[in-house]
Amino acid sequence: MANIQEQISKICRSAQFDESGEFLLVTVPDENWHATARALKEDLGFDYLTALVGVDWKDSMGCVYYLTNSQTQEIIHVKVTTANREKPLLHSVSDVWAVANYQEREVYDFFGITFINHPDMRRFFLRNDWVGYPLRKDYDADPNLNPVPHDDEQNEDETFSLVESENGELKRVDKKVFADDEYVINVGPQHPSTHGVMRYRASLEGEVVKKVDVVSGYIHRGIEKLCEGLMYPQTLLYTERMDYMSAFMNRHALCLCIEKALGIEVPHRAELIRMMMDELMRISSHLLSYGCLTMDQGATTAFFYGFRERELIYDIFDRTCGARMSMSYDTIGGVVADVHPDFVKDVRNLCDVVEDKLKEYHKLFTGNVIAVNRMKGVGLLSKEDAINYAVTGPTGRASGVHCDVRKTHPYSLYDEVEFDEIILNGGDSMDRYMVRMKEIEQSIKILRQCCDMMDKEEGNEYCATVPKMIKLPAGHWYQQVEASRGAFGVYLESDGDPKPFQKPYRMHFQSPCFNLVGIVDLTCKDNLIADLITITASIDYVIPDIDR
Amino acid sequence: MEVKNPKIKSMKHEDFKNNDYIERLVADLNASGTNVVVGKLDQLINWGRANSLWPFCFGTSCCAIEFMCLGAARYDMARFGFEVARNSPRQADYIMCQGTITHRMAPALIRLYEQMAEPKYVIACGACTVSGGPFKKSYCVVKGVDEIIPVDVYLPGCPPRPEAMFYALLQLQRKIKLQKFFGGDNRKESRQKFFEQQAKKQKETPNAQTPNIAEDAQAMPGKED
Repeated sequence: MANIQEQISKICRSAQFDESGEFLLVTVPDENWHATARALKEDLGFDYLTALVGVDWKDSMGCVYYLTNSQTQEIIHVKVTTANREKPLLHSVSDVWAVANYQEREVYDFFGITFINHPDMRRFFLRNDWVGYPLRKDYDADPNLNPVPHDDEQNEDETFSLVESENGELKRVDKKVFADDEYVINVGPQHPSTHGVMRYRASLEGEVVKKVDVVSGYIHRGIEKLCEGLMYPQTLLYTERMDYMSAFMNRHALCLCIEKALGIEVPHRAELIRMMMDELMRISSHLLSYGCLTMDQGATTAFFYGFRERELIYDIFDRTCGARMSMSYDTIGGVVADVHPDFVKDVRNLCDVVEDKLKEYHKLFTGNVIAVNRMKGVGLLSKEDAINYAVTGPTGRASGVHCDVRKTHPYSLYDEVEFDEIILNGGDSMDRYMVRMKEIEQSIKILRQCCDMMDKEEGNEYCATVPKMIKLPAGHWYQQVEASRGAFGVYLESDGDPKPFQKPYRMHFQSPCFNLVGIVDLTCKDNLIADLITITASIDYVIPDIDR
Repeated sequence: MEVKNPKIKSMKHEDFKNNDYIERLVADLNASGTNVVVGKLDQLINWGRANSLWPFCFGTSCCAIEFMCLGAARYDMARFGFEVARNSPRQADYIMCQGTITHRMAPALIRLYEQMAEPKYVIACGACTVSGGPFKKSYCVVKGVDEIIPVDVYLPGCPPRPEAMFYALLQLQRKIKLQKFFGGDNRKESRQKFFEQQAKKQKETPNAQTPNIAEDAQAMPGKED
């Protein structure tokens, strides 16, 4: 740590350090931030921008950047603030880490912070006629200011960037998203192959895609703002409604984060149950993505096969949690209730069934000549780009990045079980698909070990003793888990409010799908328009997870 | 001609838990009286309509996954005539709103609804579309899809189980069987009334502040005048 501090001090003399939290906190003044960011990436190897969180601290506003070194897996975080509330300005780092492009647009949307030198300053989630910046603490939530619109939205063709010249002068440059002579077609927001309400505008040259403009926010529900109005146990429910195909993992992440802040030790049995549920959810999610990917290529039968086995997983959830989806099972300190008496038996049975059926899936689809032609060598994503765009999960691993949080920062009991991290190097649609299929096998391997552990488990305590009123000390925490589609992170900030009904000061969910949508333009470029559908299906994002 | 309680093949009248509104509709129809010829013709048409309802694929979030389960092998909604999920509103009979409708999505939903051919029905599926659900307090969620389009059947749950979705679909079948071309429960009239009220309500709400994007842009630092 001391070494890093010295090196950062050399780059930026005015940097301040704080080691009291879980990770090293560096506070950098805005004027030095861009140079520091570049040095952090190029000299110190912090090439992964794990999370970018905008926060309104009332007297100042700013961003917290979580950076990971992809070699050593070390995490630090950097805080950059501005005191100007009227016209807040920060320097953009989108040229350093490409993923910051969309994330800074999100911060602009929520807080109104304009990023200097950002290439495309538009709102990301909200309509461009929205009044106010909703995540600011002084936001006026009067529904009359923003009534339900009945008129169609105008295309956001105009954008601007604030360019800083060498002598420090700022100049606004107006731009157009698409040139006047470009042929732009619209896909979505209601389109069967976008897997939800996502909209693309693709510029074409003949049949070849030249640029894709992502228009998101059609299912933006403002979960982060809603969480600020609820107590900690209440906020748990929203995690399951973001990526509903990783409901358990997302809820697990928030539980772990709150437990970390409270310093609660979770019973071994509870962690084991949580882990098993996570892996069941992962199988379920990968089966769904198999079904959708096949259906998008016209193989409707395979979809039915995928859903057949998913029903068995739903049955297990149903018996233990009482619901097929939105299970609300994890809670702060453990799980809500003990598992069904037949749980272990059911899981063992499921492992056998899925293992057997996987062969059938491969026979049905994987070697098919249409599937191979449409996926092999299509939608290439290089390892450098995957890191630059902070892509994690099966998509990242298909490009050869070692990014499984279960291995890099083991949580729960993942260091007690044996499994392999699937890494392929092709970076095309086929490899993304294959990583998922192989991960199902690994999940089965984990589940079998867990079943044996459950048999040996002596304690039957499933939830730790948790105070009735959950009050967190002042501070901030970040917790990552491996969701079905990549690293899901929770940023939690508490102001240490001594009142009995304490609410989070700021809660941010760093969803993997948000980063995944960033590579749509990159991977679809110079491919056929018909392949846009297969590429996005192989990237496999869930729209409510992007929009939150 | 006497109107009786609607009969559908899949479920008995007594097995439904919400019969009061159907019975009310029947009483209304009986009170107003129906011509025998037209009534019989209505019955024939409604028999056809109720038994081949094609859904429009409109899923925004979690409920859509359960709807996919409804179409898959175990639940298989084709058994009841809800055969093929259509991707074009032009070919669909009813729209099942699955998932939250946000401010940005609302105009698109209205447009899709308008694009559907007559006769068209709406099922509000899930807590979000019924009332806003867990997101009721959000700044950009429509608090119930009935704020923007008329709803025929409300289906609570977060998300509703596929069995519950069947229940809602069968309720819709019964409702269709009671519709009359002339008088009585007239779809066209009630919808017209709905949209007139909508327009009135919109006029009454104080005008929203006109977006000041252009002004904002003017005020940006570094803007050269």
